[in-house]
Amino acid sequence: MSSNGSTNKHEIVEKNVGLMAILTVFAISFGALVEITPLMFQKDTTQPVDGLRPLTALEMEGRDIYVREGCYNCHSQMIRPFRDEVERYGHYSVAGESVWDHPFQWGSKRTGPDLARVGGRYSDDWHYAHLIDPRSVVPESNMPGYPWLEENILDGKLTAKKLEVFKNFGVPYTDEDIQGAKAAVEGKTEMEALIAYLQQLGTHLK
Amino acid sequence: MTSFWSIWVIVLTLACLALIFGLLIWNLKNYTGVEEGESCGHEFDGIEELNNPLPKWWTYMFFATFVWSVYYLAMYPGLGNFAGLLGWTSSNQGVTSMEESKQAVLDAKQSGVWVQLDKEFEAADERFGPIFKAFAQQDVLALAKNNEALEIGQRLYAQNCAQCHGSDARGGLGFPNLTDKDWLYGGNPDQIKETLLHGRVAAMPGWEAALGEQGVKEMTAYVLSLSGRKVNQKDADAGKSKFAMCAACHGMDGKGSVAHNLPFGAPDLTDNIWLYGGSQRAVEESVRHGRAGVMPAWKDILGEDKVHLLTAYVYSLSQDK
Repeated sequence: MSSNGSTNKHEIVEKNVGLMAILTVFAISFGALVEITPLMFQKDTTQPVDGLRPLTALEMEGRDIYVREGCYNCHSQMIRPFRDEVERYGHYSVAGESVWDHPFQWGSKRTGPDLARVGGRYSDDWHYAHLIDPRSVVPESNMPGYPWLEENILDGKLTAKKLEVFKNFGVPYTDEDIQGAKAAVEGKTEMEALIAYLQQLGTHLK
Repeated sequence: MTSFWSIWVIVLTLACLALIFGLLIWNLKNYTGVEEGESCGHEFDGIEELNNPLPKWWTYMFFATFVWSVYYLAMYPGLGNFAGLLGWTSSNQGVTSMEESKQAVLDAKQSGVWVQLDKEFEAADERFGPIFKAFAQQDVLALAKNNEALEIGQRLYAQNCAQCHGSDARGGLGFPNLTDKDWLYGGNPDQIKETLLHGRVAAMPGWEAALGEQGVKEMTAYVLSLSGRKVNQKDADAGKSKFAMCAACHGMDGKGSVAHNLPFGAPDLTDNIWLYGGSQRAVEESVRHGRAGVMPAWKDILGEDKVHLLTAYVYSLSQDK
C-alpha cells in the first residue's frame, strides 16, 4: 500500500474508474469537437456539386449490392488531391459529390483501384465480363468473380422504402421516384443494378 | 467557416494544447510521497511498481512536439479561418463544378495562395508540357515511327486501354483486336483519333421478333456462308432473301460499314474475324438479341495531347513492321 495515500494525487484518478472514464472522454472529445462538429454546419461540406442527382432506383439497389458484397473492402471512392492520383483517376473527389451518400463509400483500403470516377470509363459489357470473371479481361487481377449477380433477380419489394429513407436524410426524391421504384427494378438482375451504380460514379462533377 | 466556428476551433485547439502542456509540467514533479526509484508499496505476482520519473529523452521529445505545434499552427491552416503565414493549402476545396475548379486554380495563382496540388501540376507541366506539345505538332504518321512517342503511347495504352483490349492489344470476346487490319470505325489516323476522343456506341438491334426462331436460324446460316463456312444451303438462301434489313449497316455485300464509308461500326461479315464469337450459337445470339459495343470517350480523361500519342501507338500496332 502507498505509504501516505492521502497526499498521492495520482491515486485519485488511478483508483476511481468512473472519474477516469469521465476524464478519458473529456480528453478524446477535443479532436471530434474541433475536426468533425464544425464540418456538419459548413456550406463547403454540405452543399451538393452542381450536377449531383439522386441515385435512380436501380442504382440504389446497385449501391446496396456494392455494400453487401463488401466492394469497399478493396476499393476506395476517394481520389486524394495528389498529382499521381489525379492523373490516374481524374479530378480529386470533392465533398459536394458525396453529400447524398448515406453512408459514404470512401473506404480506406485499395487492394483494387479507386472507383470514385469509374463511371463511363468502361463499357457495360466490360463490367459484365469483369464481374463474372475478372481474369477474363484482366489476367493479372486478384479480384474474386461475382457470377451469382447475374442469377439473382431483384423483386423490388424494399426499393421504395429505401428511397423513402434517403428522402428523410434530405436526398430530394420525388413522390414519383418512390412510387415508380418497384417497377423500375423488378425483374432486373443484380448485375444490371451494380453496373448501373458503377457507371454513374464520379460523373456528377461537370 | 463562419466566425463562430472559427472561434470554436481556435479556442478548443489552444485550450487542448494548454491543458496537455499543464499536465506535462505537473507530471514533472513528484507528488506521490514516494522517493524516486523507491517502491510504490504494492506488488502483483512478484511484480513491483517503482516510482520512476518520466525518462528525460521522452520528456524532451514531448516538449519538442509543442514547439512543432506552435510552428505548425502559425505556418499552416489549423486555427479556424487563419490561413497560416505560408498561405499553403493542399487543394482547392469546396468546388462544385469543373468550371469552378478551373477558376479556383486561376484565383489561387492570382492571390498568391500556395495550392500544393496546383504547384505539383505546374511543375509537371513545365517538365513534361514541352514534350507533349512537341509531339502534338507532329502528325500521327510521323509519330508512329518515333520510338520515344511510341514508348509513351505504349504506357498510356497499358494504363488506360489494356483492361479491355488486352496488354497485347489483341482484344477479346466483345473487345476489338487492334493489331489486325479489320476496323469497325476505320483505321486511318483521323478515324482512330476520333474514336479515342469521343468514344463509339454501336447499336445493333435484336431481330428475334422480326425474324422469328426459324428466321434467326436462316439468317445465321446466310451470315456464316458469307465467310465461306459450310451451311445448310436452303436456310442460307432463305436468309439471303431477308438480308436487306441488315444491309443498311453491314452493306448489301455484308462487307461492313467501313467498306461503305458508313459510321455505324457494323463489322465485316465476310472475313473470319468475329468480335462476339463465330460459332453458330454466338452468331445466332447476335442476330437474336443484337449487340451494343461501347468504346468510352477519352478526351476529358486524358486530354488531346495524350490521345494524339495514343493514336500513334494504336495506329502503329496494325502497321507491318
